Amino acid sequence: MPAAIEAHDLVKSFKGGVKALDGVSFVVEEGTVFGLLGPNGAGKTTVVRILTTILRADSGTATVLGHDVAREPELVRSLFGLAGQYAAVDENLTGRENLRMIGRLNHLPSAVTAERSVELLEDFQLTDAADRTLKTYSGGMRRRLDLAAALVARPSVLFLDEPTTGLDPQSRIGLWGVIEGLVERGTTVLLTTQYLEEADRLASHLAVVDHGHLISQGSPSELKAELGATVLEVGLPDVVTAERAAKALARLSGKRLHIAGNSVELPVDGGPQIAMEALRALDQEGIEPTRFALREPSLDDVFLSLTGRRAEGSDPSDAAAGPEASAAATGSHR
Amino acid sequence: MSAATVIPAESATRVAHGPGAKLRWAVSDTLALANRNLINYVRIPEALFFSSVQPVMFVLLFRYVFGGAIHPTGVSYVDYLIPGIFVQTVAFGAIATAIGLAEDLQKGIIERFRALPMARSAVLAGRTVADLVRNVVVALLITGVGYAVGFRVQTGVLPFIAGLALILFFAYALSWGFAFIGLSAPNSETAQVMAFPLLFPLTFASSAFVQVNTMPHWLQGFAGHQPFTIVINATRALMLGGPTATLVWQSLAWSIGIIVVLAPLAVRRYRRST
Repeated sequence: MPAAIEAHDLVKSFKGGVKALDGVSFVVEEGTVFGLLGPNGAGKTTVVRILTTILRADSGTATVLGHDVAREPELVRSLFGLAGQYAAVDENLTGRENLRMIGRLNHLPSAVTAERSVELLEDFQLTDAADRTLKTYSGGMRRRLDLAAALVARPSVLFLDEPTTGLDPQSRIGLWGVIEGLVERGTTVLLTTQYLEEADRLASHLAVVDHGHLISQGSPSELKAELGATVLEVGLPDVVTAERAAKALARLSGKRLHIAGNSVELPVDGGPQIAMEALRALDQEGIEPTRFALREPSLDDVFLSLTGRRAEGSDPSDAAAGPEASAAATGSHR
Repeated sequence: MSAATVIPAESATRVAHGPGAKLRWAVSDTLALANRNLINYVRIPEALFFSSVQPVMFVLLFRYVFGGAIHPTGVSYVDYLIPGIFVQTVAFGAIATAIGLAEDLQKGIIERFRALPMARSAVLAGRTVADLVRNVVVALLITGVGYAVGFRVQTGVLPFIAGLALILFFAYALSWGFAFIGLSAPNSETAQVMAFPLLFPLTFASSAFVQVNTMPHWLQGFAGHQPFTIVINATRALMLGGPTATLVWQSLAWSIGIIVVLAPLAVRRYRRST
């Protein structure tokens, strides 16, 4: 039995020679959630657009349930559902009218569409708003309706392109619950996200995308294990001291060290032992840390260690330092 | 690889097999989207205003404010005016096509359509069919308002209907032109800005409101031969009397010409827009 989704060596360039994808391959097994994780512009959406037949790859092949997306686009379009980051629904139509239109365009009998619309509106807590135009909906409600529209035809493969981007935390958690419910019923999901927390919670398998390449693949725990057992986090009084501390700590681990403002983060293999060594090294330099912690690595750390940059939007406290600033700082300690 | 086994039974029936089924789905998809666009026209207050209130205002403005000063040869001004209003109204209405398509592109709804197992032609066809329906309604509205302010058909019911049909066909051609503009614009505001300067000279430097021979000589060359004037004159001839054959033939040629040139351009633009 073929995998739900397969991509082989996908390459895509846009006008002006920008290479959006440069040889992307992966396999998504049926009934699993596959997360494509990466910052804005990494190429995640381009992957989804190729798999959903909206774009054609320059080279490489892709299949959905064993059917080639370039050779059998019409058939493939009847196999999947797509919900995107823009909530592509008509805001002058009511929730029910939107679902009816999508059902009709999916060539479902109108009785079937009507019945499923009622179910989906109920499932997604939109029954009360069913006959109001989408103009009156909140952002979270629009995304839920967008997802409902993607499900009218009961696809067994679902593409979710940044389903929660721009949502408030409460709506995001609500939508996660909805997606988890779908997965329980056996739907295969390919999800793109720039939120590490989202990928960690929903995906059983992850691929990290950066500049059109898959730079790492594995389960969330494998990716974390690849990084190291723990992350050492040291806060320092100012940026200059942080630079000095970084030099002193860099000797302790072969892994990539990261400076964000006046704190230093270092993935390490040992536990308390390395903490003692770190304190000793700082002491020798006469540096007094303001904060000192060992913590479990997050996917954020994984991304940082793989790309030298934080995933955008993952950590608001890091925004002040700016991705360029932290990349430059990391670069000097490679 | 046993590919056939992995198509869910339902999906298989939703893909068109054979040209007959393809055409049936294309018609059904077009109607689904035309329906959606018509709901939009009714629910967007601006669209409703521009397609219903504005033409009535123009009728009243020219009939009662400017009309007293304009004396066309051989006909009363209200009879002269209404055929011009028909063409002006369907032309201004076509701006909504440009705006609507630009908005659909911008909001990502066209992207969703591209990922559905629907006919690719339905997005543009659904738009132009919705325009046609809207124009029929607007034409009936203007006919009613026209009658209320004194417009009278001088020929007969059939030539009058032929005149309306001529205008509706011309409007359908314009829809394709404005679809092209809408698909070329980066957003709906720009679509509007692109459409208006094009429509303004075509509508006002025409025989819609005044006779072309009252215009300065340098303007007559354009005003006398551009398609709006030809369609308006043909409609006048059909509704008020006079020689029709050449004008009707020229009007049809313009409409067909616009479709032949601009529909493929719009379709190509649609295929390439992402």
